[in-house]
Amino acid sequence: MSQAERALLSDPQGSRNPLWTLGLLRSEITTLLRRHRTYALLAVLAAVPVLIGIAIRIETGGGGGGEGGPDGGAGPAFLAQVTNNGFFLVFAALAATLPVFLPMAVGVVAGDAIAGEANSGTLRYLLVAPAGRTRLLLVKYASVLVFCLVATLVVAVSALAVGALLFPVGDVTTISGTRIGFGEGLARAALTALVVAVSLTGFAAIGMFVSTLTGSGIGAMAATVGLLITVQILDSIPQLSGVHPYLFAHYWMSFADVLREPVYWDDLSKNFQLQGLYVAVFGSAAWARFTAKDITA
Amino acid sequence: MTDTAAGSEAGGAAAEDARGRVLHATGADGAATAAPVIRTRDLTKRYRGGQLAVDGLDLTVPTGSVFGFLGPNGSGKTTTIRMLMGLIDPTSGTAEVLGRPMPEATRTVLPEVGALIEGPALYGFLNGRDNLLRYDRADPTADPSTRRARVGTALERVGLAAASGKKAKAYSLGMKQRLGLAAALLRPRRLLVLDEPTNGLDPQGMREIRLLVRELAAEGTTVFLSSHLLDEIEQVCTHAAVMARGRLIVQGPVADLAARARGRLAVTTPDPGDAARILEEHGITGLSTDGDRLTADAPPAAVDLADLNAALVGGGVRVRFFGVERGSLEEAFVALTGEGFDVAG
Repeated sequence: MSQAERALLSDPQGSRNPLWTLGLLRSEITTLLRRHRTYALLAVLAAVPVLIGIAIRIETGGGGGGEGGPDGGAGPAFLAQVTNNGFFLVFAALAATLPVFLPMAVGVVAGDAIAGEANSGTLRYLLVAPAGRTRLLLVKYASVLVFCLVATLVVAVSALAVGALLFPVGDVTTISGTRIGFGEGLARAALTALVVAVSLTGFAAIGMFVSTLTGSGIGAMAATVGLLITVQILDSIPQLSGVHPYLFAHYWMSFADVLREPVYWDDLSKNFQLQGLYVAVFGSAAWARFTAKDITA
Repeated sequence: MTDTAAGSEAGGAAAEDARGRVLHATGADGAATAAPVIRTRDLTKRYRGGQLAVDGLDLTVPTGSVFGFLGPNGSGKTTTIRMLMGLIDPTSGTAEVLGRPMPEATRTVLPEVGALIEGPALYGFLNGRDNLLRYDRADPTADPSTRRARVGTALERVGLAAASGKKAKAYSLGMKQRLGLAAALLRPRRLLVLDEPTNGLDPQGMREIRLLVRELAAEGTTVFLSSHLLDEIEQVCTHAAVMARGRLIVQGPVADLAARARGRLAVTTPDPGDAARILEEHGITGLSTDGDRLTADAPPAAVDLADLNAALVGGGVRVRFFGVERGSLEEAFVALTGEGFDVAG
């Protein structure tokens, strides 16, 4: 036994490279980005601003540059402003994708994170490598967060490109009525994309937790997306207003407050706190479940 | 029911016998050889459904051995391997791998262990080389600067170098199996755990795997090989253990196990009746006749086969063939498990 231990200690390769977690994260992200599924999801997200832009263009093109639809305020936010300034397509597209498309894409990636590996059997080989259960879970969650950011940026950049192509762009009128330069507008758009990505972290944590519960990638994805739809429905029932502040999607639309002058942080910070709470609760649950689980797949 | 009880009783007695012998053997040369690579004490796993998959397993795998782990489907082999690899927590009992407790010491033990568990699992959308790179990146102690070279060596070792750029989903079962083996060989290992390594391979592939196992063993790697193919075990293994219904029935050197299936005395003659009479007179038991072929329990060591043959010929029996057919591991196995390869209920 002592001989074995000495052999282990004297093994030059036995020392752990402190940066290996980053290597594993890089491997995780490149693996994610080499799946056709990831590109299909991103392509759908990139197509949404294109559709919105074309629809607005067609509708207003015939009407001679009218102020959006007859009742611009009732539709998704920011649509009315797009014709005047293509820059607003970024916000219109984020407002259109945040309720369903964006979280759905995140739900697919997060739900599949552990369950998909279990399903294909690769999980057991990662664990005997040994990746370590806590590390693997953290790396998986980090890569899902990267996907949240990439997905949001894809929507924003696609919207900005389509907006600039189909509509005039220029100085930005904030919701508060003041005007800011286009450069600052871009900075606000980038901040908005970041806020939207952070809005998805709580839901991503739920997806990770669901993913540790099952060995079926499809099942985990379906459950996660189903949960999203349920919460969105609950959030739209006025009689349940008592629970609304605790639903992870309730403050999602607060990202529009970034476009106020000055930025209105109240709902934004409530959103961040709520997301933090969800990450803490479901992250711990996922950790507790995954580190104690028998890996039989 | 009574049948089963009788069977397991016999099995239990056999196990007792074997365990005593193995313990004795370790006691005799325990000072000379290193600590066992795998040692379990009363290792038990009961799944949540209440099913007892592994029941009080006391397994000892000596350092440097090629250890065959045998048993019918559903006998608990894979559950045992998963407990040894830290994938499943035992319900009770302990398991030590490379002298350290599992699953507590997974992070120090597993880098020195290569494993192929229940068939290969690959990322279909990655090519063979990238699959190995991914698995190597998951190992915290693997040196990134030698990664590409080590992956290349492993691919060559299993004969996949030419197909390493192909997407893994286009691989045949045999190629997947080879890639799984390559993943286990990414680094020099002290222990290789190979669960059914020749599954899906053609005879040529099986022979290559056997050669590879021998080669690795010659380099000093202990190989723990689970299989239900007995001749495979018999050809490459130095030691073996047999499991049935979650229990360890016997373990020890392969030669001893095969010897437990006592050989059969076989005589081919046109005069089987006379031959049977004469053999019976000489105290031979378990006679059975099938046409001109006569078989019986092998005579005790004290009886010289030449004398027996002379007696037959002296008695006017015309002998075409005479000899003791050595017992195979398969016969020992069937005798021990009492059920051949039927899936345990």
